[in-house]
Amino acid sequence: MSEIVLKIDDKEVKVAAGTTVLQAAQQAGIYIPTLCHHEKLEAFGGCRLCIVEVESRGWTSYVVSCLYPVAKDIIVRTRSEKVDKIRKVLVEELMAHAPDAPELVKLAEVYGADRNRFERKESFCVVCGLCVRYCDEVKHLNAVGFIDNGAEREISFIPEVAKDVCWECQECFALCPTSYAQAAYLLTEALAFPGQRKAAVRAAKVPVATQRIIPIKPVAATT
Amino acid sequence: MPKLQSVAELEKYRAEILAQRDPAKPCIAVCAGAACDGMDSAAVAAAFVTEAGKLGGKIEVRTTGCHGYCEKGPNVVVTPGDICYFEVQPADVPEILAATLKGEVVERLVYKDPNTGAKAVHMHEVPFYKHQTRLLIGDNPKIDPMRIDDYLAVGGYAALVKALTEMKPDQVLDEVKKANLRGRGGGGFPAGSKWETTKNAPEKTKYVIVNGHEGESAAFMDRAMLTGNPHKILEGLIIGAYAIGAQKGFMYTRHDMPLLEKHVRNALAQAKEYGLLGQNILGSGFDFECELHFDVGIFVSGESSALMRSIEGNPPEPRPKYIRTSVSGIWDKPSNLNNVETWANVPQIITKGAEWFTSIGSEKSKGTKLISLSGNVVNSGIVEVPMGTPLRTLVFDIGGGVRDGKTLKAIHFGGAMGGSIPADLIDAPLDFDGMSKLGAPIGAGGLLLMDEDTDMVEIARYLLDFLVNESCGKCAPCREGMPQMLHILTNMTQGKGKPGDLERLEDLAEVTGAASLCALGKTSPDPLKSMFRYFKPEYEARIPGGSGDK
Ligand SMILES: Cc1cc2nc3c(=O)[nH]c(=O)nc-3n(C[C@H](O)[C@H](O)[C@H](O)COP(=O)(O)O)c2cc1C
Ligand code: SF4
Ligand code: SF4
Ligand code: FES
Ligand code: FES
Repeated sequence: MSEIVLKIDDKEVKVAAGTTVLQAAQQAGIYIPTLCHHEKLEAFGGCRLCIVEVESRGWTSYVVSCLYPVAKDIIVRTRSEKVDKIRKVLVEELMAHAPDAPELVKLAEVYGADRNRFERKESFCVVCGLCVRYCDEVKHLNAVGFIDNGAEREISFIPEVAKDVCWECQECFALCPTSYAQAAYLLTEALAFPGQRKAAVRAAKVPVATQRIIPIKPVAATT
Repeated sequence: MPKLQSVAELEKYRAEILAQRDPAKPCIAVCAGAACDGMDSAAVAAAFVTEAGKLGGKIEVRTTGCHGYCEKGPNVVVTPGDICYFEVQPADVPEILAATLKGEVVERLVYKDPNTGAKAVHMHEVPFYKHQTRLLIGDNPKIDPMRIDDYLAVGGYAALVKALTEMKPDQVLDEVKKANLRGRGGGGFPAGSKWETTKNAPEKTKYVIVNGHEGESAAFMDRAMLTGNPHKILEGLIIGAYAIGAQKGFMYTRHDMPLLEKHVRNALAQAKEYGLLGQNILGSGFDFECELHFDVGIFVSGESSALMRSIEGNPPEPRPKYIRTSVSGIWDKPSNLNNVETWANVPQIITKGAEWFTSIGSEKSKGTKLISLSGNVVNSGIVEVPMGTPLRTLVFDIGGGVRDGKTLKAIHFGGAMGGSIPADLIDAPLDFDGMSKLGAPIGAGGLLLMDEDTDMVEIARYLLDFLVNESCGKCAPCREGMPQMLHILTNMTQGKGKPGDLERLEDLAEVTGAASLCALGKTSPDPLKSMFRYFKPEYEARIPGGSGDK
């Protein structure tokens, strides 16, 4: 495959054609914030935090780096006044839902975001889709999906599937930037199938009653 | 009807249709378009059929698509002479028939100028029609959309014949490129170069698609064309497929219009029966099929990548790919999508040539444009004028000005993704680029008139309220930004504006516009941006302490 040379933040970077700008930056050790990106998953383009400025043949445009393919001689700026402003406002918008999510708190500091700037709607989910897409693309289980559109969009565990598979897996809980995936699962369980979760391995050793302490895995730090 | 095997057979058949028709025989065209239908034009049409039946075939009756002057429906046009009767009731029918038989006019039903009382009998004298150039919609009163023979009688499918017999696909493409036909669906993108991209894409399987979703609020001309003259659009599509080398086409349209569905279904079936669709069209060796698809009732399904996902059978969610659908669209095959009106322009460009087409319009926007007039306008309806026509002509000469003797405050174009300009820009020409620069891009062509009493904060709120329900919710700036803007605007209209609101609105508008995934989100703040450009004091007045922003 042919190699492509581009510039990211004044650094010359050489990568294979077909690479995204985000991958190219990561290979060159340049940090771009992401929220909905996961290397095992197809790029989603939902959070828009990875937006960067691209200059190509004299034209400046704003593109999301997790999707944008590298091209010869483009100049990428991972930060600029406008890029920073976009990230700041996006973080402020998301903090209306999850004001204490660690990743957002960290980003708020970097971009000077005010967590109280917009009307609160503490749904705790930032609709990054990591849980939904991970369950679909990696686990092929589809125990959790999106429902509704627009501002009403939320994730929802499908009780018939979740009952049999989630407690054994729990992998999306750790991916979630806000811990809402786990909360949503437990709520679904409490409402739709209390005491009926299938947990083959653990059930053999631990009586159901003592399963109340949930093993929370550390939040995966995204790079 | 046996399938027409060749161009000669088609022309012979056309000659037979024309031979059976006597242009001197009176014909009554009753509009059955959406607006007239809403005023029970069906009862008028039924009365004409019953009463004319008693006259032993001396007068023909035809139900048609929208004539244009929806304000004054139910509309009736009598030929020869194009005598226009307005607001016709079933009780008027015997009188119209009697007058028609005698070659007379029913004076009390013709147009009367509201100011001078001057009458206008013939279509070309009625002010609403007089200032128009009705190249596309002008055939509507002449056609019963259920009868392909009516379309053939006005020269339908002659452009297809010309393309198939006298032109190579490349020549057809060249003609469309030379005509500088620009997309009518909102962007004004040159159709020729889009066709060329799909044509040159390496994949052999290619698709052509009609975008008949028409989700823009206050736009209703695509459905008028599709319902009133479906074969015109189909003919354009077949010609496009021939030029591009596509074997299959899709008509993607609204699911909520039974009459439109009936007419388009029927048109596709008739075209197939006549051999204008299918294998070896008119013996030319060119094969083309066309399928009908319906939207799922959400606005974003009119967006190109979402529309194509919908045709694939997936939820209509925009695709986040930096690759054009003209290269990789339906099932990743090159897919050329154009708006209904764009396709409708194709046959005349082929018949009359690019030179003729470019003689109409402004420097960079050629041909005519269909406009839906609504809002506080005297004459609402569907209007067709050359590009470059001053807005003043549209609003005053054709639209009759503002309702109830009020003053014009603003003109809004392009629905929820468009913009508003103040009345003092009324002499601006209708032009893709010019209007975009002013901040009120033509969009699909919905023109909304606003009078002196209009609250511009409320307009922005109203438009956003529509759009907020149409966001698919995939990307953060659109999903989060719109509801936040709506929240602030709602507060402002309720007297609950707060210091900092304008700054918040400006930031939200900027970020939603710059960072959203698809054009729905990207353009959602456009009305608000135009408000800030032209009507900012009205917004400032809603914040305690006047312009106390911050
Ligand atoms: C949210 C959204 C809705 C759209 N709705 C329509 C529509 O209803 N009809 C239409 O022709 N184009 C619509 N478009 C534009 C299409 O994406 C596309 O540009 C157009 O159909 C191309 O045809 P044209 O080049 O002939 O205009 C929409 C775009 C967006 C972003
Ligand atoms: S629950 Fe968590 S992982 Fe799932 S979409 Fe919401 S924020 Fe993302
Ligand atoms: S801009 Fe809006 S409609 Fe378009 S992808 Fe994003 S959320 Fe969906
Ligand atoms: S990481 Fe690129 S859009 Fe979310
Ligand atoms: S619907 Fe009858 S004139 Fe428009």
